[in-house]
Order: sequence, then C-alpha cells, then structure tokens
Amino acid sequence: MDLLKDPLVFLYLQIEATLRSAGLAPELVNVAMQLIGVVVVATFCLLLIIFTTWLERKVVARMQDRLGPNRAGPFGILQSIADVIKFLTKEDLMPTGADRWVFNIAPLMAVIAVLLIWAVIPFSWNVIGTNVNIGVIYVVAVGAFGTLSILMAGWGSNNKYALLGAFRVVAQLISYEVPMILALLVPVLLARSMRMNDIVMAQGVWFIVLAPIAALIFFITSLAEVGRTPFDLLEAESEIVAGYHIEYSGMKWALFMLAEFLHAFTISALFATLFLGGWRGPGVGDLNRPGIPILGVVYFLIKSFLVYFVVMWVRGTLPRIRIDHMLAFCWKFLTPVALVNISVMAVVDKLIPATAGLWGRAGILLLTNLVMGAGILIAVAMVAHRARQREAALLAQAEALPATVGTAR
Amino acid sequence: MLQEYIFIGLFLLIGVIFPAAPLLVSWLVRPKKPNPLKSETYECGIETVGDTWVQFKAQYYIFALVFVIFDVETVFLFPWAVAFDQLRLFMVLEMVLFIAILAAGLIYAWRKGALEWM
Repeated sequence: MDLLKDPLVFLYLQIEATLRSAGLAPELVNVAMQLIGVVVVATFCLLLIIFTTWLERKVVARMQDRLGPNRAGPFGILQSIADVIKFLTKEDLMPTGADRWVFNIAPLMAVIAVLLIWAVIPFSWNVIGTNVNIGVIYVVAVGAFGTLSILMAGWGSNNKYALLGAFRVVAQLISYEVPMILALLVPVLLARSMRMNDIVMAQGVWFIVLAPIAALIFFITSLAEVGRTPFDLLEAESEIVAGYHIEYSGMKWALFMLAEFLHAFTISALFATLFLGGWRGPGVGDLNRPGIPILGVVYFLIKSFLVYFVVMWVRGTLPRIRIDHMLAFCWKFLTPVALVNISVMAVVDKLIPATAGLWGRAGILLLTNLVMGAGILIAVAMVAHRARQREAALLAQAEALPATVGTAR
Repeated sequence: MLQEYIFIGLFLLIGVIFPAAPLLVSWLVRPKKPNPLKSETYECGIETVGDTWVQFKAQYYIFALVFVIFDVETVFLFPWAVAFDQLRLFMVLEMVLFIAILAAGLIYAWRKGALEWM
C-alpha cells in the first residue's frame, strides 16, 4: 500500500534500511542518502530538459505555422538526443585572445546556477530536496550566479559582440532583480515564512488569488531574468549576432542552451510553487493528515507545465523590446508598482481581523489588489496623457517656427 | 540546521560533475584540428582592430549602483515579513516608512536622470 501511495519515500526508506543493515555508520548512511537525493533531483532536471527542448520547439513551431522537428523518432521526440550526440562530436574552438579560465568556467557556472535552485523546490509535502529556512532568498542568491556566468562568458571571449551582450546583461538582469525580490516578498509576507514548503502549506487559497499583482510582476521579471523573447536583448540575434555565447561551440554552447531552457522551466516551477499552490490539490494531504503524496508530484508538474506553456506562448507572440524601453519599464513602472504593492499588502493584511477566516482574508486581499490595479492603470493613463500632450506641444512649436522665420523675411 | 546545508553542498558537487561529464566525453570524441583561421575572433571576417577589454559606458555603472542600494535594503524586508505575526500595526507602518524612503531614493535617481538611457 505504501509503495503505491508514496513510492519515492518508500524506496528511500528501503534503501536506507538496506544501507543500515549493511553495517554502515549512521552518519555515513545519512550522507549517502542525501547524495542519492541530490543525484535523483539533478538527473530529473537534466532528463526534463531533453523533453522540454523538444516540447518548446514543437509548440513554438506550431505557433509560427511550421511543423517543428518531425524526423527523429515518432513526432521527432528523439530530436534532442540526436542534438546531444551532434554537440558531443563537434570541435571545440577557442578564440586566440580569450581568457582561457574565465572562458571555460562560464558555461559550467551557468548550469550550476540554475540547477542549484532545484535543491529547495518542493515536489510534494514529503519530497523536497532541503527545506532550508531561507528558501526564497536562497533562490534569488543562487540565481544571481547566472548573471555572473554570462558576464564571464562575454568578458572572457575577447569579442566585441560578446562584450556588448554581457554589458546589456548586467543592466537588464540586475535591474529586473529589484522588482523580482520585491514581488517575492509578498508570498513570504502572506506565508510568514521563507521555507518553500511552508509557503505551499500556507496556500489554502492560492496566492495568485490573494496577490495577483505580485504574481504578474514576478512572472514578467522572471521572464526577463531568463532572457526570454520579449527581453532577449542579451542574445539579440539580429543585432549582436548571439551576444555572450557567440564564440562558444560544441558542448560548451550546448551547456548555455541547457541552462537557458532549464531556467525557463525553473521559473515556471517557482511560479507554480509560490503562487499556484505547488503540490496542493485534492487527495494529497499534508503533514497533519497524510493522503497520497505521489499525487502532489503530479499536480506540481501539471501546474509547472501550464506556466511553461504560457512562457512559450509569450515567446511565440511578442517582439523584442528596445533596451531603453526595457530599463524604463523596469525602473519607472515595475519597481514603483512593486513598492506600492508590498506596502499596501502589508498594511491591509495586518488590519484584517483573525475572525475573517481563510476566504474572508482572500476576498479582502483580492479586492485590495483589484483597487490597486485600477489605481495603477489610471495613474499610467494620466502620465501617458501628459507625456503625449507635452510632445504635441513641442511638435506644434516646431511647426510654428519656420512660419515666423518666413514672415520676418 | 547543518543537515539542510549538507544537501546543498552535495548538490554543488553534483552540479559541477553533471555538466562537466559531457564536456569530458566531448573532449574524448571530438576532432581536434585547430588552425589560425578557425581560432580568429568571430566578428566580420577581418582581423579585429583594437583591444576588446576597454573601458565601458558609465551608464551601466549607474544602474548597477542604484541596484546595489535597492538590493541591500530589500534584504532587510525579508526578516520583517517572516516575523509579521509578532509585529504590531505601528511596526508595520514603520516599515512602510522605510519603503517610502526607498521610494524617495528612486524618485531622486529618476529626477537626476540616472534612469535615462543615453
């Protein structure tokens, strides 16, 4: 029965018992079990990428009225494996002037930065890598390594296109990190905890209902953090060829791609965990009343893939934004909105009486968010109206100028 | 406590090994025939003129500076959010004041033109 309800934990306990009976020291068994957990999670991520790269190519192809990969295997599902074999057998070129160490370490770091995030993502209430008490900050901190790896790649390859791409990355990624952290603060505030599993536990009502504005800000900024299409200035094929990874070839290039695709799925998983209730769903149960934990993994993956579909959809729909527009959007719109959002949410959540109950609290917070959203839209409309009027006045001035010159003559 | 971080340490180890393994395999099977033309910088077909590692635009630096100020200050907000249940309304309002000071910094940078892309 346990095997059916909870195969992962059942196997885990079985292996642990076997190791113990083999006469290993308890500390050693502990480390060995942790190691097995790590290998399982890391392997899961890498296998997942083989699937998601195929999925993304197929879905985006359909959106662009193409067929996508369809030769290798049924529906082209073996395409990713064929690609990996091709990457493995490609010659690895390094430009003469490159900084050897920086150039070679950068792709490794890009993968590590994304992979490490999976250490804290809960798959179910008893299937989580580690439930560290600083979960959310850990995600942000580890994610920042990605920026560093891209900067290293751009700087190390001794190429001006690459360097330009790397500079854009510094401006883009660190700018979008500010509203992202401020948006992440809202689920932490609502759950009163930074542990990922506690945040999921607190979502009796999903946080996307309690805090839709924070969810939207988090979604937009994490798209920018991945460098996905509306914000893919860092690789901008048509302007700076490929940006930071222009000099990379073979497996090193593949590692950058792997990091990008894994990151895209990671933000979907994070969004599902923080705002869509993670592993929550009917019949899963939790720590206090055990249900069928394996269902949690299923719910979590369904939610993650739904968000991932939206990410692909955005990629297939929107054009690239200009860099000045993008930074203005971050600093002059998202950051002020995130600041207002966190202040209002904090005060309102404090004022809600404990008697309001789960749904009462959700309703009040949803209403607050709707009012706030309307206010923001009105403010933006007013500012835009003023800017247009100013522009029209300038234009009228400019048109009036030659006429006065004409009468004077 | 330490228990939780052993996992992350092991994850770091595996995180290095997993991407390094295909690099090693690729090093074993790939062709190695370098020549001077291949290892030229990929830019426009002509030898690059001048050094790549030049001084860069100060614009990027200013964004980085604004970011550092924000990032350091938002770290203070996380413990506040975790301890939210123990706070009284006064303390919440105090933090709103803190956020308002942050916002004032943003408005200052905005008015100074630090957020304009030149």
